[in-house]
Amino acid sequence: MRIANLTHGALFMLGAYIGVSILRVVPNLWLAALGAGIAIAIFGYFVERFVLRKLAGNVLGQVLVTLGLSFILADLCLVVWGGDPIPIPTPALLQQPVRIAGFIFPAYRLAVVVLAVIVAIVLFLLIEKTRLGAMIRAGVDDPDMARAVGIPVSRLFTTVFCLGAALAGAGGVIGGPIMSAYPGLDADMLPLALIVVILGGVGSLLGAFVGAFITGFVYTFGVALLPDLAYVILFLPMILVIAFRPRGLFGKFAA
Amino acid sequence: MSFNRRRFVQGIAGVSLVGAIPARAQSNAPIRLGLMTVKTGPLASGGIDMERALTQYLKEHQYTMGGRKVELFVGDSGGVPAQSRTKLQELVERDKIQIMIGPLDTASALASDDYIRQQQLLTLSVAAAEDMTQRKPNPWFTRGTSTSSQCSMPLAEYCAKTLKMKRMVVIADDIAYGHEMCAGFMRVFEDNGGKVVQRMFPPLTVPDYGTYLAQLKTNVDGIFLGFAGSNGFRFLRQMNEFGLIKKVTPVGGMTALDEAVLRNMGDEALGIVTSCWYSAEIENAINKRFVANFRVDWNYDPGFYAAATYTEAAVLDATLAAIKGRIEDKQAFMKTVRNITVDTCRGPVRFDQYGNVIGNIYIRKVERKDGRLVNRVIHTYPNVSQFWTYKPEAFLKNPVYSRDWPPAKNLES
Repeated sequence: MRIANLTHGALFMLGAYIGVSILRVVPNLWLAALGAGIAIAIFGYFVERFVLRKLAGNVLGQVLVTLGLSFILADLCLVVWGGDPIPIPTPALLQQPVRIAGFIFPAYRLAVVVLAVIVAIVLFLLIEKTRLGAMIRAGVDDPDMARAVGIPVSRLFTTVFCLGAALAGAGGVIGGPIMSAYPGLDADMLPLALIVVILGGVGSLLGAFVGAFITGFVYTFGVALLPDLAYVILFLPMILVIAFRPRGLFGKFAA
Repeated sequence: MSFNRRRFVQGIAGVSLVGAIPARAQSNAPIRLGLMTVKTGPLASGGIDMERALTQYLKEHQYTMGGRKVELFVGDSGGVPAQSRTKLQELVERDKIQIMIGPLDTASALASDDYIRQQQLLTLSVAAAEDMTQRKPNPWFTRGTSTSSQCSMPLAEYCAKTLKMKRMVVIADDIAYGHEMCAGFMRVFEDNGGKVVQRMFPPLTVPDYGTYLAQLKTNVDGIFLGFAGSNGFRFLRQMNEFGLIKKVTPVGGMTALDEAVLRNMGDEALGIVTSCWYSAEIENAINKRFVANFRVDWNYDPGFYAAATYTEAAVLDATLAAIKGRIEDKQAFMKTVRNITVDTCRGPVRFDQYGNVIGNIYIRKVERKDGRLVNRVIHTYPNVSQFWTYKPEAFLKNPVYSRDWPPAKNLES
């Protein structure tokens, strides 16, 4: 793929807002997440087909276009859904906190963790164990050769892009009960996504997985132990990794 | 006395000046009023309310103040200080505004400070930065809302004396506004015998407060929330999610549970006490009419930001009436605005010599009324100044409220 996509924060927020609208009609969080995922996938299709496709290989162009798109999306959300934060209700079953070994955990957060693990496993199996995954890997590694052996690289990339967009959109809804939908959510989420990807290494699923773990733990413990330096602690590991391993921990390409 | 060229020039200049001033003062051209607000980005919710309320005031008064028509020009700073400065320049130099209401946020107010001085621009501000009316007062700057700590200091006394709290946690956004609010709260709370045992400043844009909630001490009586925008709302929801709301009683600063946030909240907000210079529930004729008209137009209760411009408009109106609309005479305007008492939607207001408001501060409690959540006033501290009960001279000798001052003596690790 090799697309520098900075709309992920905006897609996350747009997904959350679309989820809000769906929830007003169908009060079920999981259906709302599904609906938002599909809506964002369709949006992603148009972005990939009509904008990013023309910028293949032009990283600066991609960065500018996707950043511009995310600003446009942010202001559109403001016009459509207004500036007040909108809560997304926690499913009734998961509202009560759970007590495990003397510690209190919100049940919904545990459910999100479980869901994240399932998504990670499914993605891993998809990329590593299926024929589709093999074609995607081939397409990324050497698009020309893949085309030569009959892999529809172009259509495949559109699919992958839509899938990524769908996950961002559904993620917005699933994160909703914790974070709500509010203007600025996009800018709060994007740096975290960038750190995870760059730290783990572009183009590596394992990298994203490890990157997410490191970021989560470093940030959580950093805030607890050195609260005044929350962002220093968050970004310092990324700078160190980039300095010594420009491709990230498991990356195939330079970030 | 010989008549030389220098005298001639001086004479001409003097004549033309004398001629110019009355000509301008008598002109009946509309007063050009600028509103510096935020209509895009994360602060837009409050910024749009500011414009709605100001427009409502002007409509209710047929766009007339002090016998002159008023024309409104609106600038959108996006909440970005640099942009705010550019937009202000545009309002002053292109639209020729004579007075500004705004800007919304502290950073934009600070960024515009030197330009306001240079242009001698009459300013009725909403931003809360303490020092703009304390150690570095701007002679053209008047604030009808409050400083950051003006509402948190009375709340601290209320927590200590009425709610009988002894040990508290303070948490606020890691920006000057949050620091100032917390510092004022801590100082008054500890002067009243309480102890602040934990203090946290999460970054302004942290999406998830889980990490902070996990560290929250639970052997305390209450937690003071010094959040702005949507942060207080999210913190409370997450606090509820962790099952902490029943263990640690939250109390909030003036922007923690604003009407704008309240209308999207649920039962978790019930019973929470906050302090502010305004509540849509204040019982006075002006406020009742303001809230009723606002609800007709927009179908929700006005909050902090709407009341801010509505109050400033009332101050402007009263000042212009007192000087018969002669806004061109800036000195007279400043002298008058700092010496009048005006009845507004927030109650009577007057100003101290530094340009900051002296007015009522309300302790409010969230209740359900007609199916919606409201901030019911449960106690009123009348005529609170920015110095609370401290002597202004002594207050000003201390450093400005910040992360480090006053020092926290009772933190427990």
